[in-house]
Amino acid sequence: MYELKKLSRVYPKGRGKVAALSGVDLEIPDGEFITVQGLTGHGKTTFLLMLGALDKPTSGKIIFDGKDLGAMPESQLVDVRAQNFGFIFQNYNLLPTLNAEENVEAALVPLGIPTAERRARSIAALTEVGLGDRVGHFPSEMSGGEQQRVAIARALVKEPKVILADEPTGNLDEVTSLEIVALMEKLWKQRGMTLVLVTHDTKVARRAPRTAVITKGKLTMRDNRAPKVITQGPPGAAKPAGAPKPA
Amino acid sequence: MYFRYLGRELRRRARSAALVAIGLALGVGLVITVTSYAAGVKAAQGQVLSSLYGVGTDLTVTKAATAGPGGGFRFSGTPSSSAQAGQSFAQDHLTSAAGLTTISASDVTSISKLKGVAGATGALALNSVHITGTFTGGFGPGASASAKATPTPTPTPTATATASASPSASSSGFGISTFSVDGIDPTEPGLGLLSGPNIASGASVVGEWFTDVQSSNASDQTLALVSSAYAKQNSLKAGSTVTISSTSFTVLGVVSVTETDGADIYISLSEAQSLTGDTGDVNTIYVTADTSNGISTVQTEIQKALPSVTVTSASDEASNISGSLSTASNLANSLGLGLSIAVLAAAFVLAVLLTIASVTRRVREFGTLKAIGWHSRRIVGQVMGETLVQGIIGGAVGIGLGVIGAFAVTKISGPLTATVGATGLGSSAPSGFGGGGGFGGGGGGFFGGASPGAFSSARSGFARTFAASNHSVTLHMTAPLSLEVFGVAAGLAIVGAIIAGAIGGWRAARLQPAVALRRVE
Repeated sequence: MYELKKLSRVYPKGRGKVAALSGVDLEIPDGEFITVQGLTGHGKTTFLLMLGALDKPTSGKIIFDGKDLGAMPESQLVDVRAQNFGFIFQNYNLLPTLNAEENVEAALVPLGIPTAERRARSIAALTEVGLGDRVGHFPSEMSGGEQQRVAIARALVKEPKVILADEPTGNLDEVTSLEIVALMEKLWKQRGMTLVLVTHDTKVARRAPRTAVITKGKLTMRDNRAPKVITQGPPGAAKPAGAPKPA
Repeated sequence: MYFRYLGRELRRRARSAALVAIGLALGVGLVITVTSYAAGVKAAQGQVLSSLYGVGTDLTVTKAATAGPGGGFRFSGTPSSSAQAGQSFAQDHLTSAAGLTTISASDVTSISKLKGVAGATGALALNSVHITGTFTGGFGPGASASAKATPTPTPTPTATATASASPSASSSGFGISTFSVDGIDPTEPGLGLLSGPNIASGASVVGEWFTDVQSSNASDQTLALVSSAYAKQNSLKAGSTVTISSTSFTVLGVVSVTETDGADIYISLSEAQSLTGDTGDVNTIYVTADTSNGISTVQTEIQKALPSVTVTSASDEASNISGSLSTASNLANSLGLGLSIAVLAAAFVLAVLLTIASVTRRVREFGTLKAIGWHSRRIVGQVMGETLVQGIIGGAVGIGLGVIGAFAVTKISGPLTATVGATGLGSSAPSGFGGGGGFGGGGGGFFGGASPGAFSSARSGFARTFAASNHSVTLHMTAPLSLEVFGVAAGLAIVGAIIAGAIGGWRAARLQPAVALRRVE
């Protein structure tokens, strides 16, 4: 699914430049659950934005389903995002003026799905994350955990190939965090989609078969089932175990 | 989804949205008020000009009298013998209207053939002075009387009229009555003072008069129409007789024209020419152009063809209007328009700034929408939709404010007065008796009686001269509203909102999703 080749992203900073990602090579096959760890400011979010076609590399390539995302214009990338990626953010990023059902429905709007179907699918997605009775509630009327569930439903509703979650438990207490991660794992297993989850929490990180550790823009892969084996991520260096086949 | 999102977003930013809508509403309201006010002023100006020129006349051609040696007419108040002492005397003097001299009737034909001219007709505007008195007898000094007219400014020639009775005569005083006479060309009923649209009342008798005086019947040639004011003053009615320069005319009926400088008596042009001896001459030519756009061209053409004449258009007269109507006009044209533009521009800027501020606050929101696959054009459409609703609300409220403003203008503003300066028919001597050459014609003078009573009685007779020379009209201000004004004003609000939305939307669209999502709020 993903093939990253010498991927670099450099940002201007003052008069100089800072490399958020530097020469990253990685392959992520379909249906893998991968976690991303690293210190603040070392490039985790940049890595996730690259995978989600929300940012473009300064050099190198990021191939998704055979297409070089870095070479595609924004007008095409929008469609790629609409059809393939589901995003979950640390701050939930729900639209405050829309209720839970409408927030989820917003993800289906770009796909040209009829209104009635959009609503039905949105309610089904909310029910799946345990919010079937909160469809008409606005974000301000829900707890952090509930809001993140809405965000998960919004990411899942269009049945994307990839779920990209940027510290989804960062604003949640430990119990709720575990609930959310458990929910995401359950949905990943049920649906067979690729799940990339950025987290600071090592416990959460170790729930994935392997973890990408980013340090000062450099990526190393850690096999969570064989913790002592650390590989610089050439293609196929650490195949995930236990990942379901794509549906 | 689109409208739910739009409506909720506007409700969330109700204060900001209301501010934009109110700003646009104020602009629209002011535009409507000022536009209606300006329309009211224009209508008032039209009313004033109409009263001067009459409907259907675009240009008036006159020829100013040239200054002569003076002297004017004299009447012989000297009894030829002592036997005449105690006997009464009466004399009539019919002269061209103040400050005007004659123009050849062939010029009417020349003008009517000019390109862009729809029609032209000549008229002879005259003033008649009827002097009566009684010789009291006695010969010698001290029997003379004199009156000095006020010198007047151009265009009419300045003349000092000195009236002097024969030094050897004495009289008990002179009775002077004056009235104005217009010789109307019966072959052109659609033009000039007695044209259809210019008739306030008596249209049927005017039509009858035109028919009669065009006939070959000699008695019909001496039919006259009298103005309602003159008829009332002199107790005249159909069938009465009026005498003009010793010629009797039968009153066919009473007429009232919209022009305030209408004559007291209307007779046929040929009769007027016959009475003054100006056969084949006129002193006023009324011209209508084919189109309103062609008026200035026709004016130039006439001036080129007849360099010695004065061609006056309604717009020329507009510049001569003074008084509170002029002030109102200037106010509407300068301050009002400027204020409208300023408020509207401020509303536009306010709308743009608030929309940009709103977009800036919603950067993460738009970044999220882009992340979930919303195209930039959909986001721009959302922002523009929000500002469009603000514009529509602002436009609707603005129309309401405009209607209230226009209503307030009509209620608050008192009656307006318009004072028109010198016209082609007279001079601007506001109080000078016989100003601008008086009715003695160019270089002429007026022999006035010594009796104040005579002056008094003469005043009404000079009403026409005064009316033409310095004319005040009181008008009640209106502020007419029209659907077109509403449409334009509301359109402005919507255009302003679209501009604001386009700018705000463009800023939202050019946001890089990665940058937007990283924005800390």
